[in-house]
Amino acid sequence: MPTSIAREEVQRLMREEAAQLVEVLPTQEYQDEHIEGSINLPLKRLDRETAGRLDDNRPVIVY
Amino acid sequence: MSPRAAARLESLGFTKVFDYVEGKADWFAAGLPREGRLASVPRTGDIARRDDVTCRLTDRISDVVNRVREVGKETCIVTTAGNVVLGRVRIDRLEGDTQALAEDVMESGPTTTRADITLESILERLSARDVDTILVGTSDGRLVGTLYRSDVESSLNEGKLEAGQPAEDEVCCCCEP
Repeated sequence: MPTSIAREEVQRLMREEAAQLVEVLPTQEYQDEHIEGSINLPLKRLDRETAGRLDDNRPVIVY
Repeated sequence: MSPRAAARLESLGFTKVFDYVEGKADWFAAGLPREGRLASVPRTGDIARRDDVTCRLTDRISDVVNRVREVGKETCIVTTAGNVVLGRVRIDRLEGDTQALAEDVMESGPTTTRADITLESILERLSARDVDTILVGTSDGRLVGTLYRSDVESSLNEGKLEAGQPAEDEVCCCCEP
């Protein structure tokens, strides 16, 4: 079960554990505006291949 | 959407998955860095003035009045120790009892807007309600500052000037065609 976290914990994980921040909204919304440093993996295209962009040794934070 | 994405990543074998449920609305509302095509469009949080006088529920109103007048303001925002907005005290509407506490005389739950609203959008709301200021807060209720309608209008006009368009007060509305 994924853990829900708040902004302060997001910042801590990014700072201390090199967490990867992933926007799962559609590409258009990502291109309009996204959190600095995040990557885009739209939910509709999320599969083993696209998730291959992520390092499974580091925390992954989705929003 | 993010809970489903988090569950999907776990099903793909990722073991350290976290869900930032409040997402970018919360991030932007806190004034944190953003990127993208619209990232440079100014928002309410960018131009809100951050010089509000704040007080606690149990502050004596005579002290609050002194603090507010010292800095030439008219209101005090009542907040928790964590800066969550609870109410507002308008000094010019107080009647008599200087021994009262802020809690006794405050207006509860003043209207706030989020810090990531575009200036065009907030100007429409302010104009429709004919108000000159509105509090700006984060998605978890914390005070960012006060947004002045005049600042919104100035900022939008500056944007138009930079874009080579006539500012609002320079548009001739009564010229012969």
